[in-house]
Amino acid sequence: MYDIIGYYEAETVAEVTALLAENPRLKLIAGGTDVLIKMHGGQIENAELLSLRKIKALGTIGKAEDGTISIGALATFTQVFNDPILREMIPILTEAAISMGGPQIRNIATIGGNVCNGATSADSASSLFALNAQLKLVDQHGERIVPIQEFYLGPGKVALKPGEILTEILISPDDYQGFGGQYLKFAMREAMDIATLAVAVICKLQGEAFDEVRIGLGVAGPTPLRCLEAEAFAKGQEISVASVAEIGRLAVNSAKARTSWRASKDYREHLVEELVQRALKIAIVNAGGAKLV
Amino acid sequence: MFKRIAFSINGKAFNLEVDIRESLLELLRNRLGYTGAKKGCGVGECGACSVLIDGVPFDSCIYLAVWADGKEITTIEGLTSKSGELSEVQKAYVDEGAVQCGFCTPGLVLTTTALVEGGKDYTRNELKRELSGHLCRCTGYQSILKAAEKSLAGHICTCVDSPHYKPQQEKN
Repeated sequence: MYDIIGYYEAETVAEVTALLAENPRLKLIAGGTDVLIKMHGGQIENAELLSLRKIKALGTIGKAEDGTISIGALATFTQVFNDPILREMIPILTEAAISMGGPQIRNIATIGGNVCNGATSADSASSLFALNAQLKLVDQHGERIVPIQEFYLGPGKVALKPGEILTEILISPDDYQGFGGQYLKFAMREAMDIATLAVAVICKLQGEAFDEVRIGLGVAGPTPLRCLEAEAFAKGQEISVASVAEIGRLAVNSAKARTSWRASKDYREHLVEELVQRALKIAIVNAGGAKLV
Repeated sequence: MFKRIAFSINGKAFNLEVDIRESLLELLRNRLGYTGAKKGCGVGECGACSVLIDGVPFDSCIYLAVWADGKEITTIEGLTSKSGELSEVQKAYVDEGAVQCGFCTPGLVLTTTALVEGGKDYTRNELKRELSGHLCRCTGYQSILKAAEKSLAGHICTCVDSPHYKPQQEKN
C-alpha cells in the first residue's frame, strides 16, 4: 500500500487550479512513474494526491497554423514517439521519447511529469532545451510562459509556483524549421536505464558553414543545460572535422559534470566532447549537409 | 479512504470499493485472487506485474487501483479458453521452451499478446524493444524472442527494403 492519505480527481485545468489554491499540500500525479516510486522509497509521505488522469484536454499533440507545435503535458512517451507531426518535425524529441524506460513505462509516463520532476536525467529535457521549448504554466489567476532553460532551478527543483500546473509545451517554428538534428543517449543498457549522458544537437546550415548550432545536454550538470560557448563559436564557422572537434571541446566548458556511481566526472566530460561531435556530424547530414569524413 | 469503481477483469464485471492506497497489483492478487500477475521489483522496472489495460501493457505495481475505473483488464488467467486450451501465444512459449521459473512469463505472454492483437509489423530490433520492459533471470532471452517471433509469424520483417529496416550505424 502506498502512503496516501487523500485522493482527488480533476477533470479540467480550472478544477486543478481551484483545488490547488484551496489546498497547497496537494501533490499532482499524472502517470505516477516518478511520484509512486518516490512514495515507495519513502521520499514522499502522507501524500494527498490530485490526479490529472481524467483531464482529456491535456493529452493532445498538435500544430497551430503558424507552425507552433503544442504538446499537452499529459501526452505519454508512447504518444510522443508515435505522433506523425513530431516524428517529422522534431525527431530529436521522438528519439528521446523512445529511449526512456521500457514500453510499459512509456505507455503511462507523461512528458509534463518528466519535465516537472526536475531531473537532469529527464530523457526529454536535452531535446526540449535544444528546441527552446516554452512551458505554459497556469494558476487560478492566469497563465504565464516560461522558457524551459529558466524552469529547471536545481536537482528536483523547478520554477512551478505553489498553485501552478504545467499544461502545455510549446515549440515555435523558428526553433525547428530548417534545422536538422540528432539525439544520442549513452547508458549501460539499451532499455530501462538512466542516461550516463544525453546529447541533443540541432543545426542549421548556410552553404558550407554553420548558420546556427544548438547543443542540449542531460546529466552533464545539476540540471539539463545548453553549451552556449560552443554554440557561439559555431556560428558562421565552416563545416569541417576541425570545427566540429572544436565545438566538442568547447561544449565541455559548459558542462558541470560530477562524479556519481554511474560515471566519473572525467568520463562524463570525455563523453560530452565525443558525443557532441558524433551527434553534430549526423545532425549536419540531417540538415542537408555533406557527410564529414 | 475508499472509492467505488467499476471495471472488468477478463470480461467479468466488478463493482467494488477500493482503498485509495492500493495498487492494481495488490487489488488483483490480494483481494481478487488473480495471482498470475507477479510482484517483482515493485517499482516498474521488471515487468513481472504487467497486465493489459484496454489492451495495452502496464506495470500494475505502479498503477493505482482507483485508476482502473471504467477499464477492461486482461490478466494471464484470461488468455486460456474456458476448456483450458492455451492461446496461440502461450503455445509458442511452451513450444520454444521459453519458460523456466515462470515468474516473468505472464507479463511477457501478455505483452506478446498485445503485439499480436495490434496487427503491426516489427523488425527483430523493434520486437526486442517492445519486450524490453520485462526482465527474465533464468531462461535467457533467446527462446523468449523466438517464442514472440513465432507468435508474430508473418509480421516480422528484417529485410533491407522493408519500411521497418533501420541500419545499425544510425545508433552510434
